Amino acid sequence: MIELNNVSKSFTLHNQGSAVIPVMEGASLSVKPSECVGLIGASGAGKSTLMRVIYGNYLAASGSVMVGGTDVATAEPREILELRRHTLGYVSQFLRVVPRVATLDVVAEPLLAVGTPVNAARDKAASLLAQLNIPERLWSLSPTTFSGGEQQRVNIARGFAHDYPALLLDEPTASLDAQNRATVLELIAGAKARGAAIVGIFHDETAREQVCDRFINVSAFSPRSAA
Amino acid sequence: MSDYNFAYLDEQTKRMIRRAILKGLAVPGYQVPFASREMPMPYGWGTGGVQVSAATLTPEDTLKVIDQGADDTTNAVSIRKFFERTACVATTEETANASVIQTRHRIPEAELSEDQILVYQVPIPEPLRFLEPRETETRKMHALQEYGLMHVKLYEDISQHGAIATAYAYPVKVEGRYVMDPSPIPKFDNPKMEMAAIQLFGAGREQRIYAVPPYTKVVSLDFEDYPFEASKADHSCDLCGAEDSYLDEVILDDAGNRMFVCSDTDYCRSRREAGHSGRLGEEAA
Amino acid sequence: MTPLLQVKNVAKMYGARIGCTEVNFDLYPGEVMGIVGESGSGKSTLLNSLAGHLTPDRGEVIFDTRADGPVDTVTMSEPQRRMLSRTDWAFVHQHARDGLRMSVSAGGNIGERLMAVGDRHYGSIRERAADWLGRVEIADSRIDDRPSAFSGGMQQRLQIARNLVTGPRLVFMDEPTGGLDVSVQARLLDLLRGLVREMGLSAIIVTHDLAVVRLLADRLMVMKDGHVVESGLTDQVLDDPQHGYTQLLVSSVLQV
Repeated sequence: MIELNNVSKSFTLHNQGSAVIPVMEGASLSVKPSECVGLIGASGAGKSTLMRVIYGNYLAASGSVMVGGTDVATAEPREILELRRHTLGYVSQFLRVVPRVATLDVVAEPLLAVGTPVNAARDKAASLLAQLNIPERLWSLSPTTFSGGEQQRVNIARGFAHDYPALLLDEPTASLDAQNRATVLELIAGAKARGAAIVGIFHDETAREQVCDRFINVSAFSPRSAA
Repeated sequence: MSDYNFAYLDEQTKRMIRRAILKGLAVPGYQVPFASREMPMPYGWGTGGVQVSAATLTPEDTLKVIDQGADDTTNAVSIRKFFERTACVATTEETANASVIQTRHRIPEAELSEDQILVYQVPIPEPLRFLEPRETETRKMHALQEYGLMHVKLYEDISQHGAIATAYAYPVKVEGRYVMDPSPIPKFDNPKMEMAAIQLFGAGREQRIYAVPPYTKVVSLDFEDYPFEASKADHSCDLCGAEDSYLDEVILDDAGNRMFVCSDTDYCRSRREAGHSGRLGEEAA
Repeated sequence: MTPLLQVKNVAKMYGARIGCTEVNFDLYPGEVMGIVGESGSGKSTLLNSLAGHLTPDRGEVIFDTRADGPVDTVTMSEPQRRMLSRTDWAFVHQHARDGLRMSVSAGGNIGERLMAVGDRHYGSIRERAADWLGRVEIADSRIDDRPSAFSGGMQQRLQIARNLVTGPRLVFMDEPTGGLDVSVQARLLDLLRGLVREMGLSAIIVTHDLAVVRLLADRLMVMKDGHVVESGLTDQVLDDPQHGYTQLLVSSVLQV
């Protein structure tokens, strides 16, 4: 489902003497449906960079990034958007939404984007929010005013609203209490069970052990010059 | 005989104006630019209509001039005198006897015939002017038949007054093509524009001539659910008793007494001579 | 799928000075593209060249018309192009006064495009005007008020309603949130996003506000000195800019 082949990534800082900073080289990995792969490595080793390259948020310098038959490294913007709408989900640590939009609609949006009828989308959104213990009285408010933990849970609900065949999870359980963490792990297990291919970053070791089938140490992809 | 050329204007100028008139008749409702001359009267006193009349008159013609339907108001009298002096044509107050009728803001009540010409004085020929001030743009709108804006004006009328409140200079579409300003005639007169006589329009200051040939289709713009209505004061003439003519309201005293009389003085006089009488007919006579 | 708009090698010169040049892109149905760049970068020139307000000196702007399929709008006849700009195209100006008739009521402003395409039923025009006022969150009791009595944000929303009432497929927007304070901007952005999705609109948005394009645009084109220096997926261009100028632009944004 997710297949990286010899991917490299570097940043060129044109405004600082055109310094070229290589951050990743020869990255290859493969994730099958119903498999959850955990990325490990020291902080700054490039876990998030790799996730962003897979999501198309960072442009790969070379190599191929195949997700469900689309090469993210070379695809047209609209192909990547299509991929993100239907195939590839991403739960980041930070919530980024249009101000003023109600939480329920924020969560339902990915479903509406793939053409789910409004009522069905809202029902699904409501059940996810309930599962993640967001009090119902907050659903009609914009999540921009919520606490950090609440925002994170809204973000998770949004990420799991549509059943993506491929999921990228960037520390979904960080700073959650035990009960909510258990719910998130259940959601991940559910996604695996329905056949999703998952790449995740988990700092929380218990969580990591519980959901990941194997690990990849991204230090292996660090460029030789920097190592 | 005077030292003026016949009908004041020189022959070259009249020829230029006739060309504009013929073009206007060929393209009904289209505003033809012409080189309007300085006339011995101020703008707003009918310089456009006078030039069109001057180019139209022949020595055999009989001229009638009306202002708001009346033959005896200053504007009508001075223009009639002007042509009496410069063209030595016969003049009349009787609609049926006239071959050329110059008018300001009315169409005579009596039906006109094929051998008559009605010349209108036009202050502002461009019906789109008040909504779109750019002349370059309004010309383009006419060329491309983009007339949605005309209905915006009528829409505004209905939304503000509950009905189309435009009572004069009510826009018309000529022969299914050009939207035209019929000059400030009351909308009561609009249906009469489908007539047997030739209608010529002259705007002196704006330098435009346009025309409606005989028996041309002239449709007043409206909405399906707010159709055009030719309205008049809901009275009969207090002098001649006519029910079907356009009326002027005249205040009689400080106590608020008033009377309604035909705005077309010739029509009213001929009816009274034929023995008709209205509410105040006896005492006034 | 046929692109809704194909822009091929478009250039507009002001004498010897370059307005914009060598612009190429395809816009697909439902796509929203942002054009960013500083003042004088040629983004407004490009937008006006695409929308038919300026005639490009070179290139083709091919629009997929409903009746005849893809047609070059630069060489099509003026009546056709004007018809297109009243029906399938919409143009939202930065200053609402440029896009509204200030002496005509809100209802009349919205109804104008309907009347322009031949609607002659007052009741139905008014009904649709009221419906659109509601959709842009203006109370329908304001239907007979003139836009001069509206706030800046309301005027901008009215301009949007006036443009979208005929169900266009392509909307050009020139700094649609410029000059509005931030809370009003947010409301407008939310409204635009909803309408874009509901109506399946394609849009080209010119702005210098990177936050606006991040929220509204799927794709981004960065212009400098009349040239396109970088283009791609919006979040990729903003988070991993490849060109020096884009890097400068992104790093110049003040953080809140």
